[in-house]
Amino acid sequence: MNTATTSITVRDLAHARAGDKGARVNISVIAYDSAGYERLLRELSEARVLEAFTTLAHGPVRRYTLPNLLALNFVIENVRGGSVTTTAALDIHGKSLSGLMLAIPLFGNAPKG
Amino acid sequence: MSRQHLRIGAGAGFAGDRWEPAAELVERGDIDVLVFECLAERTIARETLARLRGEGPGYNPKLEARLNAVLETCAAKGIRIVSNMGAAAPLAAAHAACTIAAELNVADFSCAVLIGDDVREQLTARPELTLLESGEPLENILGRMASANAYLGADGVAEALASDALMVMTGRVADPSLFVGPLLHSFNWSYEDYDKLAQATAAGHLLECAGQVTGGYFADPGMQDVADLARLGFPFADITPDGEVTIGKLAEAGGRVDRATCSQQLLYEIDDPTAYITPDCVLDMSNISFAETALDRVQVSGAKATPRTPSYKVSVGYFDGYLGEGQLSYGGPNAVARARLAGEIVEERLALRGFSFDDLRIDLIGLNSLHGPDPSRPEPYEVRLRVAGRTDNRKAAEAVGWEVAALYTNGPAGGAGDFSNVREILAVQSVLLARELVSTRVELVRKP
Repeated sequence: MNTATTSITVRDLAHARAGDKGARVNISVIAYDSAGYERLLRELSEARVLEAFTTLAHGPVRRYTLPNLLALNFVIENVRGGSVTTTAALDIHGKSLSGLMLAIPLFGNAPKG
Repeated sequence: MSRQHLRIGAGAGFAGDRWEPAAELVERGDIDVLVFECLAERTIARETLARLRGEGPGYNPKLEARLNAVLETCAAKGIRIVSNMGAAAPLAAAHAACTIAAELNVADFSCAVLIGDDVREQLTARPELTLLESGEPLENILGRMASANAYLGADGVAEALASDALMVMTGRVADPSLFVGPLLHSFNWSYEDYDKLAQATAAGHLLECAGQVTGGYFADPGMQDVADLARLGFPFADITPDGEVTIGKLAEAGGRVDRATCSQQLLYEIDDPTAYITPDCVLDMSNISFAETALDRVQVSGAKATPRTPSYKVSVGYFDGYLGEGQLSYGGPNAVARARLAGEIVEERLALRGFSFDDLRIDLIGLNSLHGPDPSRPEPYEVRLRVAGRTDNRKAAEAVGWEVAALYTNGPAGGAGDFSNVREILAVQSVLLARELVSTRVELVRKP
């Protein structure tokens, strides 16, 4: 097993932008190439994203795929502290959350053979 | 005009945006229409409040600065201006625009005003409507309502453009519709031609945040570099009568337009990409593709749409208490522990004084204020304590910043650089209102 040594983060494969829609936030993850997109499709699941955001949102998380753009769109529900207009948080829009998405480590699938 | 396409430039992407890029577009961009999009969700509520209290005109405070930067050139070249800078007072904004035109000696200036987005009366008569966000009845917030504005569509903008006015002023119009309106008007498209509405709405959505498609909000040094970001230019779109769309920017302006910037902006603030609901259509962006046809030119194709919904979305602004905030910084050895102790002291003192909060947050900026706690992160050299409390009690909100400042002589060692603030919270929720309950009209305001 050598998967631990090949760990990378989402940022190595993709760029991202966050936007808000009230108490939910959407974060696009856009791969630099189709190999990166395929890997993100396999590894960056709704469950994986919810785990990374667990201190910030209750979820659920929905994932939409846009193969033409090599993009995934994540919608994260029930961000803690309420909606953009009433939250006491410093980042009221959740716009900085693209950074947390890009920091998610990817461990690779089980090695072949 | 011999060319086939219409070129629409984006002059602003939010209420406080820069205006140099708009001046650049009207002077050297060869544009036909300039759109200033200046209304975020809460902006109308804030402007309504400002007008009520005599603290502002109710329209965008930068209206004069923006028009001073572009109006003479627009008038000379016949570039039409469309803007939602009217905010809570579109008629007053139109009169202000006429005054500015007179000061600039712009001949024959007039401004067509789209009226009808303010639906406070309709909502007051319908307390049984459901708030989309909380699921509660509208009745629960009606007594605290500050503003209620329907997101109007491109049809109203096109109707206003049918006048001879150089400028169209609106209150709340859906952002992409500000761009779709000029296309409906210029190309005489049917408002039922959903293939064209789809492409136009996609173009409008890509342009509505201005610099966010030309490389703004994109740079990550070393990974994603943006040339000359300080002089970031704003985008334009060339749209043909057949609905072909190309996004671009001026060669001499800073920034970049490519598949990456267009992809980020297409998905900005999008929920389900197959059903982006605007007043004009329900856009399906799942088959959209981008082609880089030249440097800083991206062709957009594949947008589809289904018919518009029978209702308008209405944004309801209402008073929802106060947010009190205080900040103080700590640096050097054990800074994090000193800042933590300071936060605990503020929390205890607020409780001892009998104040309670719907939400009281104690964050350490530099450690956990944006993405929450994670014990695996290394401790920073310096951190900034931030205490923020949300409450209906103004005195409790004021006490937050006061107790943070009191840490100077009553808290841990070495606190520095205090800041405190209290603001009234204007919250926003939405309802759906049947289209037939909203009637719009266009009023023409001429230069005095």
